[in-house]
Amino acid sequence: MATPQERADGPQSVPALLHRNATKYANAPAYREKEYGIWQSWTWAQTRDEVEALALGMMDMGIAEGDFVAIIGRNRPYLYWAMMAAEMCGAIPVPLYQDANAEEMAFTMSHCGARFAIVGDQEQVDKIFEVQEQLPQFEQMIYLDPRGLRKYDHAILKQYSNVQEIGRRTRDQHIKALEARQAKLDYDSTCVMLYTSGTTGKPKGVVLSNRNVIETAKSSSQFDDLRQSDEILAYLPMAWVGDFIFSVGQALWTGFCTNCPESADTMHLDLREIGPTYYFAPPRVFETQLTSVMIRMEDASRMKKWLFDTFMAHARKVGPAILDGKPVSQWDRFKYKLGEAFVYGPLKNTLGFSRVRVGYTAGEAIGPEIFDFYRSLGINLKQLYGQTEATVFITAQPDGEVRSDTVGVTCPGVELKIAENGEVFYRSPGVFVEYYKNAESTADTKDAEGWVATGDAGFIEESSGHLRIIDRAKDVGKMADGALFAPKYVENKLKFFPNILEAVVFGNGRDNCTAFINIDLTAVGNWAERNNIGYASYQELAQHPQVLAQIEAHVEEANASVAEDEMLSGCQVHRFVVLHKELDADDGELTRTRKVRRRIIEEKYADIIAALYDGSASVSTETEVTYEDGRKGSIKATLAVCDAKVVPASAKKMAAE
Amino acid sequence: MKDVTESYVTADGRTIGPVVMEMKNITLRFGGVEAIKDISFDIREGEIRAIIGPNGAGKSSMLNVISGFYVPQEGEVWYKGARRPSMKPFEVAQQGIARTFQNIALFEGMSVLDNVMTGRLTHMKTGLFAQSLWKGKAEEEEIANREVAEKIIDFLEIQAIRKTPVARLPYGLKKRVELARALAAEPSILLLDEPMAGMNVEEKEDMSRFILDVNDEFGTTIALIEHDMGVVMDLSDRVVVMDYGKKIGDGTPHDVRNNQDVIDAYLGVAHD
Repeated sequence: MATPQERADGPQSVPALLHRNATKYANAPAYREKEYGIWQSWTWAQTRDEVEALALGMMDMGIAEGDFVAIIGRNRPYLYWAMMAAEMCGAIPVPLYQDANAEEMAFTMSHCGARFAIVGDQEQVDKIFEVQEQLPQFEQMIYLDPRGLRKYDHAILKQYSNVQEIGRRTRDQHIKALEARQAKLDYDSTCVMLYTSGTTGKPKGVVLSNRNVIETAKSSSQFDDLRQSDEILAYLPMAWVGDFIFSVGQALWTGFCTNCPESADTMHLDLREIGPTYYFAPPRVFETQLTSVMIRMEDASRMKKWLFDTFMAHARKVGPAILDGKPVSQWDRFKYKLGEAFVYGPLKNTLGFSRVRVGYTAGEAIGPEIFDFYRSLGINLKQLYGQTEATVFITAQPDGEVRSDTVGVTCPGVELKIAENGEVFYRSPGVFVEYYKNAESTADTKDAEGWVATGDAGFIEESSGHLRIIDRAKDVGKMADGALFAPKYVENKLKFFPNILEAVVFGNGRDNCTAFINIDLTAVGNWAERNNIGYASYQELAQHPQVLAQIEAHVEEANASVAEDEMLSGCQVHRFVVLHKELDADDGELTRTRKVRRRIIEEKYADIIAALYDGSASVSTETEVTYEDGRKGSIKATLAVCDAKVVPASAKKMAAE
Repeated sequence: MKDVTESYVTADGRTIGPVVMEMKNITLRFGGVEAIKDISFDIREGEIRAIIGPNGAGKSSMLNVISGFYVPQEGEVWYKGARRPSMKPFEVAQQGIARTFQNIALFEGMSVLDNVMTGRLTHMKTGLFAQSLWKGKAEEEEIANREVAEKIIDFLEIQAIRKTPVARLPYGLKKRVELARALAAEPSILLLDEPMAGMNVEEKEDMSRFILDVNDEFGTTIALIEHDMGVVMDLSDRVVVMDYGKKIGDGTPHDVRNNQDVIDAYLGVAHD
């Protein structure tokens, strides 16, 4: 089989890498998916054939170079292949969030003018048909799962396997053209376009070239010594840059195997079965897992509980030191080995972390307790800092220099600089080409020399050279008395309590700070069950006096911790409200990656914020909610406004003097 | 009324075949109580046929007659063009009729997968001895049966609870597992006894979707009993309405909705 010209300095495009792997690692597993209860796997050679068949089929459908192909669905090998097939044809894959609603989908698809869409199932087909009229350039759709689609009008619908079949049948007719198109791909051609989740305004299409993707994959794989024998579990949204880099970029570069879960619900079971060696999860996933471990230990027998508590205390003491290769006494080492046999080993196995060699978390700050818990078990969990515009990697923590409050040192090839206002700038081979059809935003973000503004405020710690991020630069403000206001800093402290799922702090330009709190239904619900507290709904539980008292205690504890930082002691929360509904991406309150959208929340809950500042003891409110299927409804509630004690900053100073 | 031997195509493009099962003048008595009084109706191949009626109307008794659990004192059941002699429920099951129960009847201590596998029993040919040795034919058979079971697990989206003991599941999921077990038998007629009883709106929507999908994907004929009128009217092709053991209406949801007797039965007009 003819492969596109390989240059002296290595493959220059994703399809070229695929061809390289199909020869170099022909019989090694490339993709695996659990279906009908069995792990099905494809070798690199098979993967190339599957991708090529689809690409040929798409050629037959008339795909042109430069076309945009929307890819929508849960993580499945077929959809990763779809991205590679589009690239083979010289087209540009645009993975979109599968849980995006029809309007969001209409915006992104019409913005890029996608001619083709390759989707997972009926749900996605329905969404596209719903907004089809707003998509003048849209022509044809390919679907994977035929369930429920038999009666649909197949004029513009094709089944994935049929397209591949057509591709195989018309191979002779199209293979020359397909090879010619692949030969044209180089470092400067576009590899993929990813829409940023957009904490403010509409999503922007970030164009990444083959250079961005391959250079980043290359240097990051070296940084962490990723190997061909590694295994990852692909379960994070395909539209997210991280998933693209891990499951396509690094997977192709190092040739490791990407495993797709059977369904979103079985992710934890599948994680355990696969036992990945390289693992990524946002802090929230680690948090949820820790919460569930703790809840189950509460219900365990006394003997087990004692074993767990004793050995976990020991692990917290020496675990991280052992992991970092620091000196630890022989006795402590022996005790840790014992713990490994009784507690850590089985626990890691249950969590699916037995084989993790490199684990990363990013996206949000992770609670120090959570971070230390995993590290003390001997899991090499690290933090990285990145964004879509950088093709993920800006900084990462090298082995042996891991701390919960920094995001590490610059990745190979990345330069950093901190602006006067504290904003972090970087420059690297991974820096994106442009925002698609948005020259203005491109110019705002990236200057002529290639420096990109991250929008985050931070500083480089002098002692270690590690970067520390404080908050989003635009969220950092001033209180009425001129003191620094950094909401995220306080929110993170609050969110580290298992009972608190989400917190939003207000106070920019005000005399004092106030907060919205979302309880964590799993943790609080379990507590209620153990204490025989009945409740009929989330709303009722959230407003239960005992729950409010607990949250108040948490807020006060967080205040004490905030007060210790002189610069930020003004950010202590004076009053707070426990919200009657969970903040939700469907209501626009969070981004799809679950980041808080402050402006929208401020507008939507203006009445509650007013109550927080006018001293009233309770507030009645009505909130519009959007259900999963797009229908709207509303919730009425009367919420208690609670006061929290604050530590007077001046008093603390005097005590210190 | 369409001819009983002819097929027709519905407004949404499904083909409804000829009559596959016919009840002729069924009367069922329990001592002095007449639970079913001289009822006749038919079920066509590939249709969703609902039996509705107020409490105590005799719906479940009717379903039990179809499934062979009750033998009526009078009347005949015709199935696939022949009169069905009185038979044991397992013989009826072997004929391709599967059912679910109003009060879930699963094996609580067994996993979901094992429960679904029990639905394959009628398709297993090897004996107890061969199965306990699990060699050759028995092994092949189990693999083939497991494949069918797994496809149904995938279809009903219960992969995540495959290995979970049924006792640990919430009510709505148990109902879905019961449907899975019935489907595992690959029935030609599926009887559902109040599939949505006790469910919330979201669970009802899910269940309705599954029922429609089963009918659509496998072409299974479905006879169901249901209280929720909204669900019945949306799902079914034809509806039989019973009241006090008598049939008071039979036809499309539209016909039934405008039938004065049915309106009276549901709004509670005094019986004289």
